[in-house]
Amino acid sequence: MWNYEKRLQYPVKITQTNPKMAQVIISQFGGPDGELAASMRYLSQRYTMPYKEVTGILTDIGTEELAHMEMICAIVYQLTKNLSPEEIKASGFDKYYVDHTLALWPQAAGGTPWTATYFQSKGDPITDLHENMAAEQKARTTYDNILRLVKDPEVCDPIRFLREREIVHYQRFGESLRIVQDKLDSRNFYAINPEFDTGN
Amino acid sequence: MNERMNGKPGRRELLHRIDMESFAVDEVKLYLDTHPDDAEALAFFKEHSRNRNQAMEEYARNYTPLTIDTASASCEDTWKWIQEPWPWQEGGC
Repeated sequence: MWNYEKRLQYPVKITQTNPKMAQVIISQFGGPDGELAASMRYLSQRYTMPYKEVTGILTDIGTEELAHMEMICAIVYQLTKNLSPEEIKASGFDKYYVDHTLALWPQAAGGTPWTATYFQSKGDPITDLHENMAAEQKARTTYDNILRLVKDPEVCDPIRFLREREIVHYQRFGESLRIVQDKLDSRNFYAINPEFDTGN
Repeated sequence: MNERMNGKPGRRELLHRIDMESFAVDEVKLYLDTHPDDAEALAFFKEHSRNRNQAMEEYARNYTPLTIDTASASCEDTWKWIQEPWPWQEGGC
């Protein structure tokens, strides 16, 4: 189960609204390499993971991603607070506003709704850990892209924190892959799938 | 300022301490998942986990609970869990 902690993992205090930036940053909520997909990916994969270290890392990183999703939502919320209809129109935020007003809804920057097809839960530890390492790098690239567009230091600061976490998670998934391979046949890692061929 | 004169820890200071101690715990927790026998990391975890729990307890006693487990330290005549701003709101944590 989960318990809520009434605190962001890293503070988000934005004083200047910027609906244009919010439309870009929302991709890290409901986009293809966003935090919601990351959390669902790891929390889905963990049930059939046979190695306790890796089950632990999937659970703990999957949980941290929920906290990152909350930070992204806090950023978007603060960037779009108390907007006037004029500001909404001028910034191009009108296309989002018409369907969601100022509420948070998981979509990519281009407007595509969040979908479970953004991630895979394949049931093979080598396959899933490669997906996870790639996912962390894709999220890191997205944050780098955001940082090229954002100038407000109050926005850059939490985005940089999130970018750093992608690198740490990538490292931990790399170690997880090594742990898995150490338990397999070094002459042929693919001889069995330890999530399926349990008789071995 | 008044808070300090009352012997209360400053709210922002205490929150900052909670954020730092919690981050130390978050970081070493992931490291320990893949290095479960690292003695140095285990000692680091113990120290920061204890500091975090103390700071959480202190915050609940003086201000408002941030976790349900510390909520009893501050519920006298009203349910404080919903009184203070939520983390994304102005004045939130």
